[in-house]
Amino acid sequence: MNASTPGPAGAARARPRPENRPPSGGWRIVAAKELADHLGSIRFVVLFVVLGLAGASAVYSVSQQITSVAAGVSTGQSLFPLLFTLSASDIAAATQQTANTPLPSFVTLISLLAPLLGIAFGFDAVNRERADRTLPRLLAQPIYRDDVINGKFAAGLAAIGIALGAVLVVIAAWGVIQLGVVPTAEDVARLVVWYVVAIVYIGFWLALATLCSVVMRRAASSALVAISAWLVFSLFGSLLISTVVGLLAPLSASPTNSEVIANGHLQDALTRISPDGIFQIATQAILDPHVTAGILTIDQRVAVVQQGAPGSILSLDQSLLVVGPQVLAIVALTVVCFALAYIAFMRQEVRA
Amino acid sequence: MVLQPSPRVEGGRDVAIEPVIEARNLTKRYGARVAVDDLSFEVRPGEVFGLLGPNGAGKTTTVLMLLGLTEPTSGEARVVGVDPMRDPLEVKRHVGYMPDTVGFYDGLSARENLAYTARLNRVPRSIATARITDLLTQVGLVDVAEQKVDTFSRGMRQRLGVADALLKDPSVLILDEPTASLDPEGVVDLLALIERIAQERRIAVLLSSHLLDQVQAICHRVGIFYKGRLIAEGSVRDLATEASRTEDVVEVGAQAHDGRPAGVEVITATLRGAPGVASVAPDPDAPDRVLVAGAPGIAGELSSALAAAGLRPIHLRTREERLDAIYPRLVHAAAEAPVQPPRPKRSTARSGPGARGTTPGRPGPRRARPGRAGRPRPDNHDDDPGDTAAGEPG
Repeated sequence: MNASTPGPAGAARARPRPENRPPSGGWRIVAAKELADHLGSIRFVVLFVVLGLAGASAVYSVSQQITSVAAGVSTGQSLFPLLFTLSASDIAAATQQTANTPLPSFVTLISLLAPLLGIAFGFDAVNRERADRTLPRLLAQPIYRDDVINGKFAAGLAAIGIALGAVLVVIAAWGVIQLGVVPTAEDVARLVVWYVVAIVYIGFWLALATLCSVVMRRAASSALVAISAWLVFSLFGSLLISTVVGLLAPLSASPTNSEVIANGHLQDALTRISPDGIFQIATQAILDPHVTAGILTIDQRVAVVQQGAPGSILSLDQSLLVVGPQVLAIVALTVVCFALAYIAFMRQEVRA
Repeated sequence: MVLQPSPRVEGGRDVAIEPVIEARNLTKRYGARVAVDDLSFEVRPGEVFGLLGPNGAGKTTTVLMLLGLTEPTSGEARVVGVDPMRDPLEVKRHVGYMPDTVGFYDGLSARENLAYTARLNRVPRSIATARITDLLTQVGLVDVAEQKVDTFSRGMRQRLGVADALLKDPSVLILDEPTASLDPEGVVDLLALIERIAQERRIAVLLSSHLLDQVQAICHRVGIFYKGRLIAEGSVRDLATEASRTEDVVEVGAQAHDGRPAGVEVITATLRGAPGVASVAPDPDAPDRVLVAGAPGIAGELSSALAAAGLRPIHLRTREERLDAIYPRLVHAAAEAPVQPPRPKRSTARSGPGARGTTPGRPGPRRARPGRAGRPRPDNHDDDPGDTAAGEPG
């Protein structure tokens, strides 16, 4: 009759002491706490507002003249990605007007903001624990040491993912409701792929900032170094590349084919070193199926020619094939940077 | 000699014979600097062991090695029967640790801070809530449990640190400089708390401090640590007895005949030439008194010397069983003879409270394994500073 009553009680008694469970997943506990901290922090609010402004400016650009742009788009191409890739200057070009608002597209803004996002969530990851003197106490708990840095990295990525994802969804929803631009399944897939690549790219900056926070004792110096790296890559990077290319593979007044190819190859090679450049190429190729020659490297142009006529519309898998090296490079950069932070943290003395 | 993986002290079951902390020839070098040099000691359940020494003596390094947070250069440690380098997680599961200048997440409340520790220790939420409330009550912080920690004073943080260390229901408690930079009242409160916890829970407590006189009252045994080496080990009483065999330190205060207190200078001048006096110095703890070091039993000589000078002694107390009185001498001796540190011998004539079997006649740095003649009887420990050792043979 009462066979059910001893059941739960007996099960409860038979359960092993929870404190003696194998200590797996310590990083999840750390990540949950860090994510909760992030979501309640002022910096998250500020960055969310910045992302929201980027989204709003994109929406504004697109809403101005999407109809006139749409008229100029080749048939068969979806308008949906334009929500994210159209800048005011593109619109002006398409409509033969001068742009009075030089607003960049949403994805351009994101590639500008990505380092800021990554640095904001990583620059004080470890050195704040040192400054608050919570690190020895944290490491004296039964978790592995790498759980701390893994958890912090995961929490940073999650916070960024939440903010970016929310803004993307709002823009897409606005496009559907207000402009009637309905995405196809492939559009959604492209957007998701870009979202993942963007998170990995922001992860690179997060890992770089985390590395700084491990190496630098003070949060302020860590932030400064990370921001300097950002400036070097994004501002001086392209400048440096064009200077080096001009020196090593100059183009004469009437360049020969071999000169152009040598110049192009060098430019490609150097751009691949710059995380900023890689991400921009990947972004354009992933979101824009209507391949325009300007964004592609020599190798990719060859690939496109082999796939079909230049200027044709690529399917998602073909786009991915084209930017495969760039995507891999972004993943590799992030992994290497995080590995450095990880190793530095594991080798550090607990005591400051 | 290998213990079960988790010998917890539970329900009075007798697991108390084996030491829960063993350090054997622990050495840690940072480059050329030796932070800890060939350190050996052990702590048994229910025992409060004080690791005492000046700043930079290597106390924190020792603690970190015991926790597996720093790798020893040589030697080995066993905590709850486990090698902290091989299985640090098992050690950390059973060791509550309060670092020196313990820190908390300032943006979180006391309860939230402890809840995070509970999650990290996989204490189920149902148990954790009650346990946190219970611990906060014990340390007297339950009224401010929901306040953010950045409003807390140092004393409150230290008490919260004790609660934090106890949250995992540890069988060993390691407290690194628990009383540092607390006000006197905070020190008394915290030490009372630690002593009560050690008694109630019957867990081993290892505490390190550079404030000898503060913590000696609650330590059953102490190890004097100097420049990475353990220069003496034993109960406070043993160490003091040994020291008093060669020298007494006497606190002296005196009045002039008109009833006004005689100045420190007057007393110093009077006693400096008295027979058997080795040194006279102002007492840092009392403005009108001096500390006189000299041959054993010098107090009587001092009394007559004061009377001869027309002064009336109003305070004459032989300092004994106070580590701060013997500590400089130990350090001095260690510096003089680094290979043969002094070994305060246990009086064989003594019986009763002081005669514990843990360190039979061999306090001090030991290369060999100590005997295990008996188990500690911390309940009977007797470190009352007022209890002089005058009756000891010497």
